Formats: sequence, structure tokens, C-alpha cells
Amino acid sequence: MISDDVKASMRAICAEYPTAQSGMLRCLHLAQETEGYITPAGMRAVAAATGARLDEVESVITFYTMFHREPVGAHVIKVCTSISCYLRGCDDVLAHLEARLGVRRGETTPDGKYTLKTIECLAACGMAPALQVNDEFVENVTTASADALLARLERGEGVAGLGGNWNLDNTHTTGNGAGASSDAARAGARGGKAL
Amino acid sequence: MADTLDTVITEGKALPLGPYPRIVTKDFEVPGIDRIEVYRQHGGYAALAKALRDIPPDTLAEEVKKSGLRGRGGAGFATGVKWGFLPKTAPKPRYLAVNCDESEPGTFKDRMIMEVSPHLLVEGTILAAYATHVHHAFIYVRGELAFAGRQVERAVREAYDAGLIGKDILGSGFDLDVTVARGAGAYICGEESALMESLEGKRGYPRLKPPFPAVVGLYGGPTVINNAETVSTLPAIVTLGADAYTAYGTEKSKGTRIFCLSGHVERPGNYELPLGTPMRVLIEDFGGGVRGGKRLKAIIPGGSSTPFLLPEHLDTPLDFESVAAAGSMLGSGGVIVLDEDTCIVAAVLRMSEFYRDESCGKCTPCREGTFWLVQLLERLEHGEGKASDLDLLNDICDNIAGKVFCPLGDAATSSIVSSIKLFRDEYLHHVRAHGCLVGPGARKH
Repeated sequence: MISDDVKASMRAICAEYPTAQSGMLRCLHLAQETEGYITPAGMRAVAAATGARLDEVESVITFYTMFHREPVGAHVIKVCTSISCYLRGCDDVLAHLEARLGVRRGETTPDGKYTLKTIECLAACGMAPALQVNDEFVENVTTASADALLARLERGEGVAGLGGNWNLDNTHTTGNGAGASSDAARAGARGGKAL
Repeated sequence: MADTLDTVITEGKALPLGPYPRIVTKDFEVPGIDRIEVYRQHGGYAALAKALRDIPPDTLAEEVKKSGLRGRGGAGFATGVKWGFLPKTAPKPRYLAVNCDESEPGTFKDRMIMEVSPHLLVEGTILAAYATHVHHAFIYVRGELAFAGRQVERAVREAYDAGLIGKDILGSGFDLDVTVARGAGAYICGEESALMESLEGKRGYPRLKPPFPAVVGLYGGPTVINNAETVSTLPAIVTLGADAYTAYGTEKSKGTRIFCLSGHVERPGNYELPLGTPMRVLIEDFGGGVRGGKRLKAIIPGGSSTPFLLPEHLDTPLDFESVAAAGSMLGSGGVIVLDEDTCIVAAVLRMSEFYRDESCGKCTPCREGTFWLVQLLERLEHGEGKASDLDLLNDICDNIAGKVFCPLGDAATSSIVSSIKLFRDEYLHHVRAHGCLVGPGARKH
């Protein structure tokens, strides 16, 4: 339900901009976080906060891929299928998840637990293949770690904090020249954790 | 201030030097660098304080022009020159939009900056606003990058609380508001005019140019749009000075940039290197070479929107001019490596599906053309194509590139046109043998 508090938050968002309509995307995100997808009530609340017409709100919703126009699973798994993930085996991961969940990409499991989708390049190409569960990153995915991921979700554990496996320690030792690469370069993952 | 490369000291801390210094990412391993206290302990916001105290805005803009800094988003346009396009006076307020809508396939540096060191981005944003006399800046974060968005939002809040954003920053009399905006899933919104439409709460359709954003931009006012890495380089330029910064890089491509290495290499990742570093050094020395000891087949040097290069181009220096001379573009710095077992038609098909899906639909040649290109590539890949399809692909590309509002159209054609030129025989093999030359779908006859 879009409560009065949520409506007040929407008005506050719109007040940060020179025009109220600029708050549109953030208000729609808020409506979706609140209700799970963009409901007619959510659309009306966003229209009221932004001063836009209902059809203008709808035209925005249909343009951006993140907005769901119908209910989705509790866990929305989005597998990146762009070129860098493709080169490192995302199609196998996707096929494995389809088999495990018994749904095709774009579908939701009958119990409403999982929606499986594909998504365009997630800016995780250095940790490919990558996917997101409810907008949180899971990186360097294999079919085995995909199984571990599903087990983790079944246990009711989230995935926040697993992403961001940046290789930051990339050989910047002084003056070693072109041969500066080292074990340190290989080891320097930071921020992320294994499943 | 540094006199020579060997003595570069910033706020008591020596920069890691040698041939591959890190300037923008120098503190990225520091635990907690995403929090304002730690960021300040490591010299954070000192560049801002120095600029507000000692450097008038126009002098700072001049210094950035002198530094030769070029936009890190893809086009590589000189940042100081871009700022210079702002009219001296205008009836409407001027704005800054920082483009953090990173979504070019093969590129993952801006997400790292936002997640690991969001205050660097915020400090750079304030410096850019100060240099361009802007009092309201927007940081537009790609919708899918939820954690990055939260990191930037928190950094902005912390900076407000510390008096680094807001009224009379550090007693300088300079006022600035910073608003963090969020995308919602649309590659096109990384294009600057579509980004402005999106910021104004509309569908992300590109605008016709001219007028350029510097003249008529956000809310009709003069607008600067800079990439996340570009503004994140500004604190280093202020700290080091333009002269020291220009000691790195080449004559026309100054400084360092973050190269995103992905695909079939042993150690994919982000590597900050001076512009002009040979591609071989990035791929072999930093990236550990092609994965599994396989042979190199092709390189995409600047994100999926740039043409293919071949193994013979490995010694090409990674600067704007050299990569262009080799037949491609440095683009967003996303270097994608393909090994010998990669079917080039399948790879091109995958990239073309991206542009089909991400075409905003405004211009007919791009909306219809990208769809058609994918259909032709699909039938070629599945062994049902004709030799004449290659001419048809080139013809469609010719009718998209340069004939649409924004660069997405050109981008959609780069890998197709270049791969037909460089790998024509492999395409023809698909026609003759009704299957791929290499990879899982290989068929010899």
C-alpha cells in the first residue's frame, strides 16, 4: 500500500529538483520497493507527486526496463548476457538456472519464489559471469556456485555484500617495469566474498 | 608540488611511481576509504580546500584545460574545452550532471569508483561545479547499480554534514547543492542528451543537437555533462598541478585512465595505466595473457561500440590517437579479449542483440535496422545465411551510421562492419559449411 508516509517521501524527492517531474524515476523506484511492482495506486501516487499526467507516468514506466508492471518473484535473478559475460560462460549459468528452477528466462516459478531474467551488461565484466539477485551482485558465477546461491536463498539468506570483487592490487610496485605482474596482482580481491 | 616524477608527494604521501603510477585509484585498497573520516585521513577533500582557498574558478578551469584531461566516458573530448563552451552569461541557471550511467559492455570502472571511493567522485563533482560556476549538480547513477547508488548517496550526505556541500563551503562563499538521481534501466541514458531527458523525468530519448547542452541543457539552462571517472580525476589534477599530471601519458592523451580488461584473459580487472601504455602490457603483463595459454584472436579496445583489432595490433599504444590510427577507438577503456576458439559471428550476434534491445526507438534507421541486423546475423550463425548477406549487413549499417540522432546507431555497426572486413572468411565459412569455423558449433564441411 502507498501510505501517506510514502507519498510524503515522494513529495520530498521531487522537491530536490528544479521541477517536480524530475523526481519521476526515484518515485517510481520507491513505489516499486513499497509494493513489489508498479500498481495503479503507485502510478497515481507518482503522478500526484510529480505533477505529471497518468499517461506520462505510464510512458516512463514502459521505457525503463527496471519497472515491473506485474508481480514478480520474491527473488528476482537477473543474469547478465552481454559480451564479456558471454565470453566467460554466462549461457551455461543461465541454462543451469533454467533447469534448476524449471522456468524459462522471463518467467516466475509457480510458487512465486523466483523470477529469472536476463539483463544487459551490469558493469561486472572483470568478474564475469555476473548476476544480480534483487539488485545485489553475485560475481564469478559457475554452475556450481549457482547451486550454492540457490541453496543460500532457500535458507533465507540474502546476497548483500557478496559483490564488488574488485582486483585493486594491480601491480603498482615501483619501477618494476613491464614485468611488474606478480602473485599480488592475482590475489588482490577486496570487498567481495565467496558464496 | 612536484618538480619531477620522482618526487611527487601529495599531502605527505608519496604517490606510487614507476612506469605505472596510480593517480586516481591510489587509495582504493585502503579499508574504509568510502567513509569521509578515512577519506580525509588520506588527503581527501584537501584538493577542494586548496582550490576554494587559492584557485579562482576560471584559473581552475584553465588548469584543467592545461592538464589535457579528456572525457573518460567514451568520446574523449577535452574537458576544459567542453567547459569553455558555456556562455559567459545566460538568463537561466547553469547545471552540472555527472554521468554515472555506466553500461557500455566491457566497461566497469565507474561502478568501482562509486562503490569503493564515492567521496573521490563527490570531491571531483564539487571541483567541477566550482570551476564552471554551477550551484546545482546532479549525479546520475545507473539504476541497476543499487549498491553504488547507496554509496554515492551516503557520501553526499556525509559531505553535506561536513559542510563540504551546501552554503558557503569552507567559508569560501561558494554555494552548491548536489542531488543524486537514479536511472531505471536504459543504456541510452548514458548519451548526454538522453541523460538530461531522463533527469527531467521523461523517457530517455536523445535530443537533436545543436543546440548543445553547454548552451541549452537541463531545464533549458547551460549544462556541463562529465563522466564519473573524468570528475574523479580532478582532485589529482588540483593536488599535483597540471604540469605534473601531464608528465604521464602522451602528447595528446595526457595522464592515466582506468582500463577495464575483460574476456578471455587470466586476470580480468581494472588497471589504471598511463595513456599510451602498449595494449600488450595491459593484456599480457597485467592481465596475465590469454586464458589457458590459448592464442589471441581479436581485441575490442574501447567497449563493445568500438571496432575489432587483431593480434598484429597488440603493440598499439593505448591512447586516443594510436588506437584510432589502428582502425578502432579508445572509447570507454573497456578492453575485451577474444581467444582463438571464439566464433566471431556468434560474438558479433551477441553484441548486436544488445544494441537491438537498447535502441530507444526514436530514429527509424536504428530501431528497424538493429532488429534486421540481428535477424541476418542469426541466420548466418545458424548456417542458414547467404554470401550476399554480408553486403546486406554492410548496406544496413551504412544506412544507420551517421543517420540518427545519437551515437548508438554508429555504435551498433562498429563490430559488424569491422568483423566483416577482418574475418570475412569466417563469415563465408558459415555460409559454405552451414556451421561455425571454431567453437561448439564448428562444422568443417
